[in-house]
Amino acid sequence: MGNSLKSEKMPEVYIAGNNMMTSLGFTTDENVENLKNDISGIKLCTDKNLYPTPFWASPLSTERLNDSFAGIADIALFTRFEKMQILSLTEALKNSKVDVCDTKTLIILSSTKGNIDLLEENRFNPKRVYLWETAKRLAEFFGNSNQPVVISNACISGVLAIITGMRLIKAGKYENVIVTGGDILSEFVVSGFQSFQSLSQGPCQPFDAKRTGLNIGEGCGTIILTSNSSLADDSCLIRVTGGHSSNDANHISGPSRTGDGLYLAIKGAMSEAGILPENLDYVSAHGTATAYNDEMEAKALALAGLNHVPVNSLKSYFGHTLGAAGIIESVVCLYSLKQNILFNTKGYQEHGVSVDLNIIKKLTPAPINSCLKMASGFGGCNAAVVFQKKIVS
Amino acid sequence: MIEITNYCAISGSRISVNGQTDFVQDGDVLFTDFIKAAYRNYKVDYPKFFKMDNLSKLAFIAAEVLLKDTGFLTRYQPEDIGMLFQNGSSSLDSDLKHAASIKDKTNYFPSPAVFVYTLPNIMIGELCIRHKIKGENTLFISPKFDAGFLYDIIDNSFTTGKIQSCLGGWIECGNDNYHAFLFLAEKKIDKGLGKNVIFTVENLTTLYHQGIN
Repeated sequence: MGNSLKSEKMPEVYIAGNNMMTSLGFTTDENVENLKNDISGIKLCTDKNLYPTPFWASPLSTERLNDSFAGIADIALFTRFEKMQILSLTEALKNSKVDVCDTKTLIILSSTKGNIDLLEENRFNPKRVYLWETAKRLAEFFGNSNQPVVISNACISGVLAIITGMRLIKAGKYENVIVTGGDILSEFVVSGFQSFQSLSQGPCQPFDAKRTGLNIGEGCGTIILTSNSSLADDSCLIRVTGGHSSNDANHISGPSRTGDGLYLAIKGAMSEAGILPENLDYVSAHGTATAYNDEMEAKALALAGLNHVPVNSLKSYFGHTLGAAGIIESVVCLYSLKQNILFNTKGYQEHGVSVDLNIIKKLTPAPINSCLKMASGFGGCNAAVVFQKKIVS
Repeated sequence: MIEITNYCAISGSRISVNGQTDFVQDGDVLFTDFIKAAYRNYKVDYPKFFKMDNLSKLAFIAAEVLLKDTGFLTRYQPEDIGMLFQNGSSSLDSDLKHAASIKDKTNYFPSPAVFVYTLPNIMIGELCIRHKIKGENTLFISPKFDAGFLYDIIDNSFTTGKIQSCLGGWIECGNDNYHAFLFLAEKKIDKGLGKNVIFTVENLTTLYHQGIN
C-alpha cells in the first residue's frame, strides 16, 4: 500500500514532442507517410568504405544530412553522428513547447557507438569519441546547462533512456527530459555484425519463416517528456506510464531460449502502468528478424498473455537503428496512438515462430489507447515501456 | 533506510574489500597480468573468464571479491537484484581491438569474440550470467564517477519497488588506467550485517575515493 500511495503523488509524464530521422525521412510525418505507403528504406549498399562486399542496410542520405544541417551550423565542424543528433533535436523542439534552455530540462543521450567512426578519422579531436563528450557538446549547442545523462546499453539503450527520463521526472528531479538517441552506419558495426553472420541477404523479414537476419539502419530519434501538462502535445495527451528492464542471465550474444527475461521486463512495465494484458491494444516488438530474437520475443509475449494482441516489427522499414531503435519505434507508437492506426510488418508472409501471434499484416485502423514497446539486446538485456492515452474523465 | 553493506575497489594493482587491502602486487604490473594473478589468488574456477575483454575481467573479479561470503545472492530473488553501473570510456579498449582488425583490407579479420565486447554493457551481462542476476540493469556513461546521479537512480529504484537490492558502481578500464568500485546496497534488515554505511551521496563519494590507489 505504501508504494501505491506514493505513486499517486508522483507527477504524470506526458509526451511534449518528437522526431524521427531515418532513411525514410527527416521528420516524423515524412516517415509515417512512407510507412503508410509500405515503402522501405532498406537497399543494397555497395560503399566499400563500409564493407568490402555489398550488403543490405538502411542508410541516411549524406547529401540531405549536409543540406539540412547547413541551415543550422557549419557542416565542417560537426561529425556525422553529431549532425544527426542536432538535427533531430532541432526538429523535435520546433514542434514542442518545452524550453531546452530551462534549468528544469535535462537531455538524455542514447547510443551504442556514437562517434565510433572517429577511430579512423583524424579531422576531429579524438576526445569526441567519448559518448559523454558528444552529449556535452549537444547540451552546449542548445544552451542547456545540466550535465546530460548518457546510456549505452546495446539495443535496449533507447527504451532505457525513455524509462530513465520518466523516472527522473516522476522522482521530481526535472520537469522536462529530452530523450534523444542515434547511431550511424559504420564499417565498425557492419563488419562486426557480418562476423556474427547475422546480416540478412536482402530486406529483413521479421517473424517470417524464411527470415535470415537483420539489416543495420542509420537513424536518430527524439522524444520530449514533461510533467507540466500545459507543455504537453495537446493534439493528443499521451503518457509514459511504466517501464522496466531485466537480464536473461543466460548468454552474452544470444537471447534466452524461453523468453523469461523479456517477460520480466514486460511484467514490470505493465504492472507499473497498472494495465492488464486484456486491455493492451498494441505491441511494438523488437523484431530484428534474426532466428533467435523473434522466437524469444514470441515466447515472452505468450508468457505475458499478450500473444493475441496486435504486434508488429518496424525493422523491415528502416532497419535496426541500434541505440536509436527504441526511440524511433516509440515515435511510431505515439503516431499509432494519436491516429488510431497500426502499421504492418513488411516482409512477413509465412508465420515463422513457434507461438501464434497476431502479427499486423496490413495498415489497420483501430482504436489504440495503450501500447507496449519492447527491446532486447546483446548482454542478455531486455526492456519494455508502456504508453497510454490520457483518459479524460 | 538503505545501507551499503559491502564495497570493494580495484586500482593500481591493489584490491581492497570494505576499506582493507585484500590482494596486492608490487611494482609495475600490467593489468592483464594483475587480473590473472587475482583470479588465481581467489581460486576462482570459471574458464569463461579468459575469453572476456579487460573491462569484463575487471568487473568480474570485483564482483567475485565483493560477493564472497556475504550471502547477498541468497537473500534476494534473481529479478529483485538491480545492477546499475557507470563508466567513462565505454568499451574503448575493445573498440580499438575491433578497429585494428578491419584496418587493413588485405588482412581483414573482424571476430565476433572481439566485437561482442564493443558493447560496454556486456560486462553487466557477464556478471548476470555468473551470479544469476535478472533484475533491472543499466550502464550510464559519465566523464567521471557521478555519485549524485547514481544515488538518485538507485534510491528511486528502491522507493518505487523496482529493486530490493542493488549491485552498483563504477568500472573503468582504459589503456594503463583501471579502476573498479563496486558496492552492495540493501534495505536495512533487523539482523545487522556488520559495520554498514548509510547509502548517501557523501558516503558513496568517500568510499569511491578511498579505493583509488
